[in-house]
Amino acid sequence: MTTEVEFCAPKNLAEALEFLALNRDKKTWILAGGTDIMPAINSRQISPLAVLDIWGLRELRILEQHQRHLTLGPLTTFSEMMQDPRIGQTVPLLREAAQSVGAVQIQNRGTLGGNIANASPAGDVLPVLAVHNAVLELRSAKGSRNVEFNAFYSGYKQSVLKPDELIYRIHVPIQWPQQIPYWRKLGTRQAQAISKVAIAAIAEVRGGILQDIRIGLGAVAPTVVRAKKTEDTLRGRRLDNRLIQAAGEIIQSDICPIDDIRSTARFRRRTTTNILRRFLSDLKLAHRGM
Amino acid sequence: MSIGVNVPRKDGQSKVNGQAAYVDDLSFDGMLYGVTLRSQIPHGKIRAIQFDPKFDWSSVVVVDHSDIPGQNIVTLIQRDQPFLAAQLIRHVNEPILLIAATSRKKAMEARTRIEIIVDELPSVTNLEKAATGVRLYGEDNLFKEIHIEKGDLPRGFAEADYIVERTYKTGLQEQMYIEPQGVIAVPGKDRISIYGSLQCPHYVVKALLPLLSFSHPDQVQVIQMVTGGGFGGKEEYPNLLAGHAALLAMKSECPVKMVYDRAEDILATTKRHPSIIRHKTGLKSDGTLTALAIEIDFDGGAYATLSEVVLSRGCIHAAGPYRCENIDIVGRAWATNNPPNGAFRGFGAPQTCFALERQIDLVAKTLGIDPLEVRRRNAMEPGDSTATGQVLTESVATHKCLEQAVKASDYIRKRSEYSKLLPKARIRRGIGLSLFFHGSGFTGDGENRIRGRAGLQVTPDGFIEILTSSTDIGQGTETIFAQMVAEELGIPVDLCRNAGVDTNRVPDSGPTVASRTCMIVGDLVRSAAAQLREDLIKWLAELENCNAEQITLVGGCFLLSGQRVASFQDLAKRACSEGGPASASKTYVQPEGLEWDEKTYQGQAYPVFSWGCDVAEVEIDLDTYEISVTRFTAAQDVGKAIHPVMVMGQIEGGSLQAIGYATMEEVLQKNGWIENHRMTNCLIPTALDAPAFETHIIEEPFSGGPFGAKGVGELPTDGGAPAVAAAIDHATGQRFDEIPVTPEKIELALNP
Ligand SMILES: Cc1cc2nc3c(=O)[nH]c(=O)nc-3n(C[C@H](O)[C@H](O)[C@H](O)COP(=O)(O)OP(=O)(O)OC[C@H]3O[C@@H](n4cnc5c(N)ncnc54)[C@H](O)[C@@H]3O)c2cc1C
Repeated sequence: MTTEVEFCAPKNLAEALEFLALNRDKKTWILAGGTDIMPAINSRQISPLAVLDIWGLRELRILEQHQRHLTLGPLTTFSEMMQDPRIGQTVPLLREAAQSVGAVQIQNRGTLGGNIANASPAGDVLPVLAVHNAVLELRSAKGSRNVEFNAFYSGYKQSVLKPDELIYRIHVPIQWPQQIPYWRKLGTRQAQAISKVAIAAIAEVRGGILQDIRIGLGAVAPTVVRAKKTEDTLRGRRLDNRLIQAAGEIIQSDICPIDDIRSTARFRRRTTTNILRRFLSDLKLAHRGM
Repeated sequence: MSIGVNVPRKDGQSKVNGQAAYVDDLSFDGMLYGVTLRSQIPHGKIRAIQFDPKFDWSSVVVVDHSDIPGQNIVTLIQRDQPFLAAQLIRHVNEPILLIAATSRKKAMEARTRIEIIVDELPSVTNLEKAATGVRLYGEDNLFKEIHIEKGDLPRGFAEADYIVERTYKTGLQEQMYIEPQGVIAVPGKDRISIYGSLQCPHYVVKALLPLLSFSHPDQVQVIQMVTGGGFGGKEEYPNLLAGHAALLAMKSECPVKMVYDRAEDILATTKRHPSIIRHKTGLKSDGTLTALAIEIDFDGGAYATLSEVVLSRGCIHAAGPYRCENIDIVGRAWATNNPPNGAFRGFGAPQTCFALERQIDLVAKTLGIDPLEVRRRNAMEPGDSTATGQVLTESVATHKCLEQAVKASDYIRKRSEYSKLLPKARIRRGIGLSLFFHGSGFTGDGENRIRGRAGLQVTPDGFIEILTSSTDIGQGTETIFAQMVAEELGIPVDLCRNAGVDTNRVPDSGPTVASRTCMIVGDLVRSAAAQLREDLIKWLAELENCNAEQITLVGGCFLLSGQRVASFQDLAKRACSEGGPASASKTYVQPEGLEWDEKTYQGQAYPVFSWGCDVAEVEIDLDTYEISVTRFTAAQDVGKAIHPVMVMGQIEGGSLQAIGYATMEEVLQKNGWIENHRMTNCLIPTALDAPAFETHIIEEPFSGGPFGAKGVGELPTDGGAPAVAAAIDHATGQRFDEIPVTPEKIELALNP
């Protein structure tokens, strides 16, 4: 009468992929840190028939520093992102975003892979991956494929991840010295808060000109998004007050926020503009005379 | 010396090392798990209940209203609430059926196999429409209407140079105690035992007797388990929950555990009443208040529960600690189809205090003077009288609190400095204050109706056991009672311990509510100790063949003409084994001259008031509209701090609840449904949202309290919200008359 849940704690990756291949038709859930899944089960939003616990897989808990990018295993926790100097030096935005997640307990247990796969538009590391043009390596028993992070989501809480696949690696191009990072989370309170708006950006300014800018936005659209129109408007232009003013207006067409339990569309629209302008003004101030 | 000393908490160690046993830690052989099937509509009639024939119903126990051996009425003030809805559903999540099984999961599975077929009726879920909508209660949908009159209101307005009017609103607030509601019912022959997380064990006894058709109080035994907070939320709701577990236990003849999860707790249990409060104030150009007209509406929800007494306290506190000769207060608690609201720390006063303090700020603005000045000019002093005509004779600390908080917070300098910053800064800063009071103990002659009792028992090993039904729900009752006994007897606190709360053993000291435990029950405990001391001295005098006057009890020893004759513990042991005085008990006696008229609301509303002044400082980021309460200075008068650290804990904790009330705590209700029923979206402040607290304990002793002590439990929840709102006004240059003031509301106000 009460449903039995099939639980698998594989010894290695091959076993895990095999389990996924065999159970692809069932309601199978991968369990990493469990900080999304356990509350969802508890509140009966999901009722898995099979659970694959990957927490113990060493193959998924790696960190490699390459010339131009960093390769992270999906089990990298927020605490590791906050503490590991290799991450802090090469992708400082990841550290900042991780710092703003939940509180210590969640940071110790919640993972990068889980944040990505959970596919919430409010996942805090997602805007960072978006601006860094991260690449996800997905793996199934049949093999691997690479998917651009910015092409990973297909809709609200939906991605191109197939039922027999897991996120195997996250490749993040590193930040160059001339790039300036920016992170701002606007949450419902100072800790244990889901974002109402989150913005990650990196910019490069030379001679008063915005050589490059990339802006990732969380919680203002069905998925995390890049502010493409704003970026196009800003790129190659002189960073002056008129441009800053204009960017704040254009970003409105990059987003489509909603009213929900945490905030309103109106509030999200205005604060997105305000935060962007704040970032650009600070940037301009820091580069005065450069 | 034990009073005013920060002795280790009696409950501290076991809570820190995890040994403390909460109700969910307890289990019994053969115990079943109970769950509740609830209504899904705000108003309607039950047409049929369908049980899925494919389910094995013999594997679970199901209880409905027809299984109730006695009366299907939760005994409290009115007799309107059923334990289980029979035909009529009056709110969403109202209990209809109970199910018990060998596991919680199985009981929940069974619950999904039952369908309630209903005919929906029109409903009222909006306080503003409570009067005009559907008929729900009595003739007029009023649970209670209260009218308090003082002086001559029309004359007060005639004398006024200015008249200011404004409407204020406060929202629904969830107690969010850390441990959800839970009980275990263990059936016996013609009796039942309840183990629970609760504030008022004897309320449960009184509610269960008629439910189970028992006649003798001893047939219902209620044992309080270690309780993870209550804040009023476990005052009366456990009556209902214990009744449910008892019904399942009686029918199944097995122990039954019912523990809510967070969602069910938020959805089903009582909260702070939302309010709409209208003020009309007359004032002279020098700031003197000539008239206060106040109209108060509370949303009581679907059943009366404690609404009338919450309203009563709200009304009595509505005119605040200000001198005014002409007052008119009208209060109404309305029936709606929302889940019932009930007790929450402050008990109606936080709502009316918010409205009044905002109105006083408006008075200041009208006159162009600082809010501090209006308060200085009108704050009560000894000899002044309250709205109910109660003349204040002693222990009045309005000005002391006000001046202390103003000085400690540097209010005057900051107020003018932040005002100058206003137009330019992106991070706006503001500072605001509030002045307030809170009556200690039950209203009027309430204590006389309760006639609380407390006792002491000497144990064979010479310890003193303290017997009361006052529950320690985290506020430190066990510790302060031991301190009081130790002080009175001149013995170490370690020799005094609590007997635990078991209604078959301890006397009824009244409920643990109304800021009454320290002052009222504490004084019973203290005077029982004084009695015991006297009896032991007399007994020793007989044994020693001397005069009782020659014997003293000092430093834990009995001295005869200055010479040590016995240690306290030795004599206590002897008394216990040789039939000497080994116990003492006291019953509340109403002080002479206490006059209170329940009909006219005139007289001495409370034995005494505690006083407070809060100063809040905020920063608001104009890019994100985030509000950060950066600093909070509280000067609060408690008569005497029995345990200063715990008093500071009460002040800081209560203030933080008030800060949350002002800035983020918002239970979203739509058509009677609560939409945010998880801790992730039903927000309360975290440690990172808490300001830097500066707490000043003021001690203006009360002759009727133990060692001068008054109540501190509720006072701190009264003043925080208006102080924060005032600071937000100051920072933004806008007025906020409705709480919570969220970033979304600030954005709207600044960009109309
Ligand atoms: C109290 C609390 C506070 C929180 N605060 C924040 C916050 O501030 N910001 C924020 O962004 N999030 C927050 N979260 C959400 C959560 O912590 C994060 O989304 C976290 O990254 C999830 O990681 P996990 O390993 O715990 O995921 P899990 O719960 O284990 O899994 C989440 C989802 O990802 C899937 N999954 C996990 N790993 C893989 C993989 N390698 N391949 C494919 N699928 C996979 C799972 O099947 C599941 O669907 C909070 C959660 C809680 C309970």
